[in-house]
Amino acid sequence: MSRPGTDLARESRVAAESLCPGVGCGELLWLDEPLSLWGGTDLATGMITDVHHPQHGLSIAGRVLVMSASRGSSSSTSVLAEQIRAGVAPAAIVLSSRDAIITLGALAAAEVYEVWLPIVLVDEHGRTALPRSGPVAVVATDAGASVTWNTPPFPND
Amino acid sequence: MGSTTATALILTEEDEAKLAGEHGQGVAMAMRIIVALARISQAPRLIDISSAHIDGCLYHGQAGLDFAEKLVSLGAEVTVPTTLNVSSLDLMHPGIVRLDPEESAAARRLMDAYVAMGARATWTCAPYQLEGRPEFGSDIAWAESNAIVFANSGLGARTARYGDFADVCAAITGRAPLAGLHVTLNRVPTLELDCSGIPSRVLDTDAAWAALGFAVGRIVGEEVCILTGIDPALVDEDRIKALGATAASSGGVALFHVAGSTPEALVAGAAWPPAGVRRIPVTGSVLRAARDELTTASVADRLDAVSIGTPHFSLTEFAKLADLLRDGAPFDPSCTVWISTSRDVLAEARSAGYAQLCERAGAKLVVDTCTYLVPILSETVRTAMTTSGKWAWYAPANMGINVVLGTLAECMASARAGRVIRDESAWN
Repeated sequence: MSRPGTDLARESRVAAESLCPGVGCGELLWLDEPLSLWGGTDLATGMITDVHHPQHGLSIAGRVLVMSASRGSSSSTSVLAEQIRAGVAPAAIVLSSRDAIITLGALAAAEVYEVWLPIVLVDEHGRTALPRSGPVAVVATDAGASVTWNTPPFPND
Repeated sequence: MGSTTATALILTEEDEAKLAGEHGQGVAMAMRIIVALARISQAPRLIDISSAHIDGCLYHGQAGLDFAEKLVSLGAEVTVPTTLNVSSLDLMHPGIVRLDPEESAAARRLMDAYVAMGARATWTCAPYQLEGRPEFGSDIAWAESNAIVFANSGLGARTARYGDFADVCAAITGRAPLAGLHVTLNRVPTLELDCSGIPSRVLDTDAAWAALGFAVGRIVGEEVCILTGIDPALVDEDRIKALGATAASSGGVALFHVAGSTPEALVAGAAWPPAGVRRIPVTGSVLRAARDELTTASVADRLDAVSIGTPHFSLTEFAKLADLLRDGAPFDPSCTVWISTSRDVLAEARSAGYAQLCERAGAKLVVDTCTYLVPILSETVRTAMTTSGKWAWYAPANMGINVVLGTLAECMASARAGRVIRDESAWN
């Protein structure tokens, strides 16, 4: 296993666009399909409750969520704001489309609670470069945004 | 600016003044949200809006309440005519919604906050049935997917897909990003759905339009389509409502056109469908397949409830229902018929005598809220029937019940029999 932060580890980085500023770190969670937070996740725990979703049964709480977009109801905005309030929101969200429904939830929570959940946009190239799992850091400011992670120097060492 | 940011947003002096707090801190907070939304949607500038419809008054949790009350505490008020969508409570029939006292109190506070900002206490998902509808071509900021698709398609007004928080911020600032369906080019149909294969007699029930809407949503996703081959005599606002509400649920439809009928299609005339757009046939069997996909119970099953009026029942729908009920046969005692409508339309239906006819037959009226968003139907309901494609789409998951999509006549015959009755002649 690699030890993040050691000299042997190499830092990898994908540039992104900031949709909502903030800093967040956590284990990656890739969503294989769009997800409606309203009706698809639990308000109090962040569990994915949509039985048709491939990641059903996993929790979004504290994870860095990689998703193409949300799906369905615009009430997902309120649900994300509520999950941020309750402390069960993702640590960061990496989108591949300009999803206003998701982003407004984070912006509204920032206005009311001054908690900033970073939401960034990556292009197809950046999305492909992201690892499938492991810890990453997401930094989003008005000047730009990035997703960074440590890569072990030797595969499977 | 980030290296990947392509479009610069140009704000007017007035926009900057609002952002800087010169109109108060409530306006500044709302303007920050609108500017952020403009950046997300890559709008070049903001535009004035002439009305707003707010969906944020449905209680989802403490955060929505905190957001609204923060705006109130900062002195924010709406600056354009603003209607309010359904809430979590029926204020005219207290006790009908089974929420615990704590959640009821929070839901009530949320409603009060939006009224305190100057919005009208309309509590309806069908604001297009009220006085003061938006004019053709006007820019508006409406939330609630069925209201959005109706305003765009049935009225020819222009709204993007607004949702919670963006709706009230647009109402407060009177501004919205120039993006999405505010842009003329984005309103041109990109595909044609040829409906000439559907018999006119099949398209003569509102439920057929709900089934059609389900198919439309599945086919077009979020694209703008034009339906061709439909006799304009068959098109009315209740049917535009039924199609739009279902298409917005099964796909992400926010605007559709009907050749020869809807306002923008009438203006475009022979120029639409534009040359070269894809053409997809929609037949009677596609319609029946949609109906069956929105049906999870079987013919002759015991029926516990009927729900109509989602989106909210209109006065013309009340008139059609009154015609079916005039002979006086009551509903089966084990089947409850629920009619959701707005308090304004209910007042009109009462003065016309329609509401009393429905009540005499045993129907229960719900206003201000909706039968699939909050607990209203009895917990013992296993199977329910509806004319609404949207209700049929959401009810099995939201309420854990079986559902049957049917015409108004099928629903009423079934409610009287206490079991599901299908009239295949209405669908063939």
